Amino acid sequence: MSAVSRRRFLKITGAGAGLAATSALGPLPRLRSLGQPAEKGLRAVPTFCDLCFWKCNAIATVRDGVLWKIEGNPEDPLSRGRLCPRGTGGVGAHFDADRLRAPLLRAAVRGEERWTEVTWDEALGHVAEKLQRIKAEHGPEAVALFSHGLGGNFLKHTLRAYGVVNVAAPSFAQCRGPRDVGFELTFGEGIGSPERTDIRNARCLVLIGSHLGENMHNTQVQEFAEAVGGGATVIVADPRFSVAASKAKHYLPVKPGSDLALLLAWMNVLVREGLYDREYVAAHGFGFEAFAAEVQPFTPEWAYPETGIEPGLIRETAREMARHRPATLVHPGRHTSWYGDDAQRSRAIALLNALLGSWGRKGGFYQPASMDVPGYPYPPYPTSARGKADNPGRLYPFASEAITTGLRAATITGQPYPIKGWFVYATNLIEALPNEAETIEAVRKLDLLVVVDVVPSEIAGWADVVLPESTYLERYDDLNVELFREPFVGLRQPVVASPHDQKPNWWIARELALKLGLAAYYPWKTIEEYLDFRLQKAGMSLADLRRKGVVRGAPPAVYFEDGVRPDFPTPSRKIEFYSVPLRDAGFDPVPKYKRPAAGPPGSFRLLFGRAPVHTFSRTQTNPVLHQAMPENELWVNADVAARAEIRSGDRVRLRNQDGVVSNTVRVKATQAIRPDCVYMVHGFGHTAKGLRRALGKGASDSRLVTRYETDPLMGGTGMNVNFVTLEREA
Amino acid sequence: MSPALTELVSTAHSPATDPHLHVWGWEIPVYLFLGGFTAGIMILSGWALWKGRRNLRPHTTFALASSGLFVLALAAISLGMLALFLDLGHKLYVWRLYLTMEPWSPMSWGSWILLLVYPVLAAGVLLDPPKALLRRVPALEPVVGWMEGRPVVRHAVGFASIATGVALGIYTGILLSALGARPLWSSALLGPLFLVSGLSTAAAFAHWASPEPDERVQLAWLDNLFLTIELGLIVLLLVGLLTSTEAHAEAARLLLGGPFTAVFWVGVVFLGILLPLVIQTLAVTHHIVHTPIAPILVMAGGLALRFVIVSAGQASHWPRLL
Amino acid sequence: MARLGMVIDTRRCVGCMDCVVACKTENQTPEGMNRDWITSATSGRFPELRQTIQSERCNHCDRPPCVTCCPTGASHVHDWGGIVLVTKEECIGCKACLASCPYDARYVHPEGYADKCTFCVHRVEKGQDPACVSVCPTRCMHFGDLDDPHSAVSLLLAARAHHAVLPEAGTRPRIFYLE
Repeated sequence: MSAVSRRRFLKITGAGAGLAATSALGPLPRLRSLGQPAEKGLRAVPTFCDLCFWKCNAIATVRDGVLWKIEGNPEDPLSRGRLCPRGTGGVGAHFDADRLRAPLLRAAVRGEERWTEVTWDEALGHVAEKLQRIKAEHGPEAVALFSHGLGGNFLKHTLRAYGVVNVAAPSFAQCRGPRDVGFELTFGEGIGSPERTDIRNARCLVLIGSHLGENMHNTQVQEFAEAVGGGATVIVADPRFSVAASKAKHYLPVKPGSDLALLLAWMNVLVREGLYDREYVAAHGFGFEAFAAEVQPFTPEWAYPETGIEPGLIRETAREMARHRPATLVHPGRHTSWYGDDAQRSRAIALLNALLGSWGRKGGFYQPASMDVPGYPYPPYPTSARGKADNPGRLYPFASEAITTGLRAATITGQPYPIKGWFVYATNLIEALPNEAETIEAVRKLDLLVVVDVVPSEIAGWADVVLPESTYLERYDDLNVELFREPFVGLRQPVVASPHDQKPNWWIARELALKLGLAAYYPWKTIEEYLDFRLQKAGMSLADLRRKGVVRGAPPAVYFEDGVRPDFPTPSRKIEFYSVPLRDAGFDPVPKYKRPAAGPPGSFRLLFGRAPVHTFSRTQTNPVLHQAMPENELWVNADVAARAEIRSGDRVRLRNQDGVVSNTVRVKATQAIRPDCVYMVHGFGHTAKGLRRALGKGASDSRLVTRYETDPLMGGTGMNVNFVTLEREA
Repeated sequence: MSPALTELVSTAHSPATDPHLHVWGWEIPVYLFLGGFTAGIMILSGWALWKGRRNLRPHTTFALASSGLFVLALAAISLGMLALFLDLGHKLYVWRLYLTMEPWSPMSWGSWILLLVYPVLAAGVLLDPPKALLRRVPALEPVVGWMEGRPVVRHAVGFASIATGVALGIYTGILLSALGARPLWSSALLGPLFLVSGLSTAAAFAHWASPEPDERVQLAWLDNLFLTIELGLIVLLLVGLLTSTEAHAEAARLLLGGPFTAVFWVGVVFLGILLPLVIQTLAVTHHIVHTPIAPILVMAGGLALRFVIVSAGQASHWPRLL
Repeated sequence: MARLGMVIDTRRCVGCMDCVVACKTENQTPEGMNRDWITSATSGRFPELRQTIQSERCNHCDRPPCVTCCPTGASHVHDWGGIVLVTKEECIGCKACLASCPYDARYVHPEGYADKCTFCVHRVEKGQDPACVSVCPTRCMHFGDLDDPHSAVSLLLAARAHHAVLPEAGTRPRIFYLE
């Protein structure tokens, strides 16, 4: 890998135009280190993708020294040789004209996005000095790491060595946490990522709000298409007629927030009509009779006024599910932080699957496996007597991971102890956490905010130190030892050089560790040394992985019927139809439904979701993906729009119940959504000035999420609880 | 049968075709106008030559068959070709037009017709050349002399002028009507319409500019005839579209209630045809004197007709059912 | 004589735009210009709705009006496969072909010539599928010789109901959508 010479840029102060960018919004010129001959011809380099968290193995092609395209690695069990549109558009991440280029030090008041460019030495020296000061004054527990993705591994290592105990990812409390907890309480295990869902073998697939096809987790969509193509019955419950709903035999336009009522009614029907898997339940279930008694009142007639779904249809779909069991998969979803009762709703999904006997069975949930690749032998991390700050007193007793919003609250209140430093890796907290005002309040309490990112995101705008990371196409990274239907190890390696002074996360972590006097935790000098060491211990080699990109293990048995031993790590060692731990903690042992609060009259519930060409708020400046979708749209029911004299293409602003007003957004007047809600894709309406290509395009849903309902079981933040009105833009 | 389509959305094609085709701006309507005008001149002057007409006053500018009118036509068609050239996207390759003849491409016919127009117009000039030209280019003297002595040459030039003029006036209409993807243009009447419109603009100009009173009256009657035929062709065009497929009817509605209605009926039909028709009728029946107002309206109307047809045509398209 | 075409299964297509992105990177198409695109047709009233999603591009028609109208012969049918191509050095940028296409499949390249989908002829020559077909994660796209009764595309057309886009325009398009 060629070294990019350290350039000393002009110190830029004041005149808040942002970064030292001069080029127009086109592809960056190819930078060649001096002395290197011009490359000719084609060069294919295997790596794995970083556009989302699926980590599909890919092959990048360089043509005459310039990055050309990226395709799937045919050997990859996840992508089976075909990447999703974001992976295919990954070249844009390298050519993004808005990328961070050099380390930045805040030059003015926090949040004004005015910077001084500095050298890595200066930047990391500054960070180390501040970290040591915080340690001396408040202890290392006062520094928290917010990290999302495998690229955070080395930073986690450095900071744990320093003494950090508070490490959180928004994916728990803001996303899939409720689902994992709901399943843990039922089956003893969470769902994981990639989800252990056997979609391709399902004969009946039930999606509760899950919009596969617009949500583009590659394997899930590939298997969804396979199931649909193979004639599987699809049942979709969603306030919006999604792409998945268009493939469904039964589309249930549920009232937003009433999904739990629907699930309870389905379970009621299966129990009453004896359609559940008796053998399976008898063999593996605990507390079924108590459970059956609890769901007794939740008839389809009871569910009808809550959900808007006719009792006949509820019964028909329940019977349809039973007809195909055990190959009936009620999908657990992924982003499940909706209304604050989400862990219990997810538990209801788990229970429904348990009744159908799909856990551990073909067409349901399989048992994933991973290869045995030992970690690197490091000295033990320092221990802390103080404990974590995100969930004091185990207020949320069933939280199995750290709660990001809990850390934020601790930062604001100083309870249980002050948090004075945040290290943020690859997560745009301003967009990811609900109620932006609280995040900013927390940031203002910090002595140090360090953000490691690829683009100048909104959270980077608030940082004291911004550290530019190389894109995945320009760096090595930790190994991907995946837990999946087929175990494998994936390697990420550089394809092209970083165009400016960007560095890989492992280098940043290591240099920081050295400055913190933690050299003992980095016995390896180069990343190649680290990777080869681990691979050799597992009977592989770096040279091998560099050639192939992915090495697969022997596919194990994954179903009970193939010999996997049914094992449920719950207190009863069985599937908990009735949960004693929940009862003892003062919660409903079997889920109960509570109608969510309605909004002000004349307002619409704000719902949001995904587009297949973007990932959260991180890809809007990618020039390739930007062209595919430059802005989001607001889905408004066509009849509602007609009455308000709004047409598709008109621009409106949204005002939420707390008076927060959004950017202008294009209206999509459509039949495909209920009249009581509006919908938009998350990740647009950027305000960070450095994101020039995306600035002001579309509207930000997260800015309108000022209210959230906290799940009492695990601290998840339900965000579908905001209501908006529309204001025509002249 | 599937229920009625309520929503059809498409992701981006390109700026040239989103939300509908718009690749031809002012350059093409301007060329069509100047080409039609030139065609009209060539037909009217050619007919005068064919009839054996000689100028009563030699070298009189802008009388029919005069060299002045032929020079004006040269200027007009050259301006028109400049507009065409400006419209091209790949200008440096324009010479490719002249390496081939594509028998099914009206645009290819046009590129060769335009080439042919020049020698015909030049011959017309040489039949009665201005003295200044002969002084500058003495080599032309023997040519002029040869032509002068032979009435058959006048007839031949006249015939060539009519034939080339008709081809020039009509091919552009065929060019557009051959683009079946734009239903508004999809009528065999477009060629004759452009031809007659070109004739009316030429007759209007000649009526205005001719120094001979008898000729002016004759041209006014002729212009009224052309305007009447033009009006008839417009009506037939619309009737034909409305009674054809839904795609064609929808295209016609662009001019009958759609966004082009006002400019078409007020600009093209009323101001460009009906009003000058009335004015010129009153003039030839001696109720009022001949004024330049009618000819100016006719010419403006001819330009407006081209603009509307080109713009509205690009806005018309086949409706999607699936 | 081979007639290359596509068969696309709308049951499986989710409209993810992978085909659009893959074409863009494979062929380095200019910013804002696409050789392929996704259309989505919804009919009915909520909640009784139907939606059909299609990946569309130049249909490489059997009777291409874009070839007929071209004054220089730049727009032509390739020697084999019936692929419709543009020789950019022969194109004058008159845009008649854009006007002649009922599918609005062509665009004007910033350098001035008319451009469009080439069925990735540079890949097909080497025995590969066009980029859009190769990338599609739902595997709903199929490419092959419509004149070969045993090709995947021919077998699919024989087995399932299908339609083309704007068949009434009369150009005989060679891309079919399975219902």
